[in-house]
Amino acid sequence: MTAKINIKNVNLFYTQFQALKKVNLDIEKNEITAFIGPSGCGKSTLLKSLNRMNDLIEGCRIEGEILLDGQNIYGKIDVNALRKRVGMVFQKPNPFPMSIYENVAYGPKTHGIRSKVKLDEIVETSLKNAAIWDELKDRLKKNALSLSGGQQQRLCVARALAVEPEVLLMDEPTSALDPISTAKIEDLVLELKKKYTIVIVTHNMQQATRISDKTAFFLLGEMIEFNETETLFSIPKDKRTEDYITGRFG
Amino acid sequence: MRARFEIQLEKLNQGVTEMGALVEEALEHAIDALVHENREVAEKNIEFDREIDQKMKEIETLCLKLLLSQQPVAKDLRLISAVLKMVSDLERIGDQCADISEIVLTFPADSEKGLELKYIPLMADATRKMVTESVDAFVKKDLELAKAVCEYDDVVDDLFDSVRRNLITAIRENMENGEKIIDILMIAKYFERIGDHAVNVAKWVIFSITGERNGCGYIGHDEDMKGK
Repeated sequence: MTAKINIKNVNLFYTQFQALKKVNLDIEKNEITAFIGPSGCGKSTLLKSLNRMNDLIEGCRIEGEILLDGQNIYGKIDVNALRKRVGMVFQKPNPFPMSIYENVAYGPKTHGIRSKVKLDEIVETSLKNAAIWDELKDRLKKNALSLSGGQQQRLCVARALAVEPEVLLMDEPTSALDPISTAKIEDLVLELKKKYTIVIVTHNMQQATRISDKTAFFLLGEMIEFNETETLFSIPKDKRTEDYITGRFG
Repeated sequence: MRARFEIQLEKLNQGVTEMGALVEEALEHAIDALVHENREVAEKNIEFDREIDQKMKEIETLCLKLLLSQQPVAKDLRLISAVLKMVSDLERIGDQCADISEIVLTFPADSEKGLELKYIPLMADATRKMVTESVDAFVKKDLELAKAVCEYDDVVDDLFDSVRRNLITAIRENMENGEKIIDILMIAKYFERIGDHAVNVAKWVIFSITGERNGCGYIGHDEDMKGK
């Protein structure tokens, strides 16, 4: 296996508060890696630091290295180019208040694609890859906000895929969705890993067991345990992991 | 903390302990019926098997309820899945105790009581020890005791070979006892199988504690355990 992302000795501070403590982790290419842990454990912070979303937070300071294909993303790089390579889907579906078509075409347009033919092709491919083309192909001009929550979230996945990223970060992508939409997103994620490297933050441990190849457990900013998902959920090595996943935490 | 879940897990442990006690009792009765050719005890023991079957159903129902409602992971998942497997082995031991009792009922009333059973009581004692200790290993979560049960199976297997040789000699000496001798050989086989089921129980105890399958280093001993 090849590591797509190497996280090396990462410390992250929000002003004085240390949110991540010496995190070391390799994220393999074409795998789904899940981050689990209680609220405030640093899992979302780490996820956001993988495409420098934390840059936007005042007082945020990071030490150590995060390498994408061997290149330090906190070195001298173009952050916009980084975010094109490392896309993100958020907890709440957040389509832009514009048409379905424009939502998907927005990213490619900002990266300079103007050809209508090319944009049509990208929109269709992205919606197909997000497993929502059949539902939306006849109403591409409709406002995206008119879609159901599950459809909006898959549209957001399509929007992320439209700029052809290499890595997809997902921050609790199904926590606002019903079971049927959740199942669709999970199937979609499993399908997407053939092409993309996926990192997902989830509070739903059954979801982690269903879809992820590897799981990392975080507690108070530390990565406590990282292993094959099946092993971590059946024979965890650390008592803190066992206590958390079996609900005996605290 | 999942207080309610803890109570239900304790109930599950209690259920297995109770089933273990029922199976030990059935084995005691089977040995008693056999050694003393006591038809009354044998008949009661056949009926007694229903209690064991009922207990298994109760435990299985609780396991399925816990799997559905608690979605257990890690040690809880190992415990519940191990219990689901081990109650089948305990239930089979109960069946074999009833089978032994049924054979005792087929002994002709005027058959030669003095037919030398020789190694059979030793086999009965050895399997009783294995069943008791496999259940104890579960109750006490005792890894070493579970491993000891696996190893002790060699003793039962050797005794079975001795019984077989002994019965072949007995047939040569007196053909008239042939039918009863074959019955006794079947009983010996039941004891040998009871030993195997006790090993399976012990292996599931090891799995529930460590997550290791075939953890007692006794791989391939039992066809039933292959691929587990």
